[in-house]
Amino acid sequence: MDSLFEFLVSAFLVIAGIFGIVGSFGLLKLDDPMSRLHAPTKATTLGVGGVLLASMLNAAAFGEYFSMHELMITLFLFLTAPITAHFIAKVHIHRQETRETMPAAGEDDHWATHDTPEDEERRNAAADPADL
Amino acid sequence: MNLFRRLFPHPLLTLLLTVTWLLLVNGWSLNSLLFGLGLGIMIPFLTQAYWPNRPRLSRPLKVIEYVLVVLADIVQANIIVARIVLFKPNAERRPNWITIPLDLKTPEAITALAGTITMTPGTLSADVSDEGHTLLVHCLDAPNPEAVRAEIKERYEHRLREIFE
Repeated sequence: MDSLFEFLVSAFLVIAGIFGIVGSFGLLKLDDPMSRLHAPTKATTLGVGGVLLASMLNAAAFGEYFSMHELMITLFLFLTAPITAHFIAKVHIHRQETRETMPAAGEDDHWATHDTPEDEERRNAAADPADL
Repeated sequence: MNLFRRLFPHPLLTLLLTVTWLLLVNGWSLNSLLFGLGLGIMIPFLTQAYWPNRPRLSRPLKVIEYVLVVLADIVQANIIVARIVLFKPNAERRPNWITIPLDLKTPEAITALAGTITMTPGTLSADVSDEGHTLLVHCLDAPNPEAVRAEIKERYEHRLREIFE
């Protein structure tokens, strides 16, 4: 029984390691800034997730107690990782793109990163005063 | 009922905070349960003034289904993206912007959708339009943008609408 758990724990660690390496390799290989952003999100999901699963399994099988901290790490990672990715994407849009190079923003005029105070004033002036 | 609402403005948040505290303590005791419950009551009560118009979850149990769907998709999409990174030459890859017209109205639901899109590898939410009606998503490899848009709308946005609206 013990060797089965040892096998599972090492399998999760190896899977996590592979995805970590693929994530770092992607950072080098992909050739435009927005595509590069995809690599770190991959490392945080399955890469870190695999290590955390291995850690939980290890604590449950060989430790004295059932460890829950890993679930918390997953939760906090899932809350914070999209925000950092969003920040970097916004910096890219702000510095490398203009309104003309971006795709059309559907029924609205432009993307929020390219919004200016003048746009806001125009919107407020156009809006129905009852809504404000 | 009115008094209950005043004391517990967000009952689900109270529950979530209590469970989070117990998980952080990493053990079960009456002591930590009471302290967690104290935090769970105090924090929503003290912050309710700063969070008006909070959406009420109409079907909280759907959250479990949503989380499971997203987790399964993350594993599946990870493998697809790993294959793209390892075996697909950059010249054949078709990175693309995709715009998603939003049916969701509440900011909280749109945030949840954007976070989900970022966490599922291969797609990354980058921006919203100035009035919040469209979401901008970057795709690592999307030869067929229509299909990605339809999948996101059907798998995630539809479920989030059931949860939030």
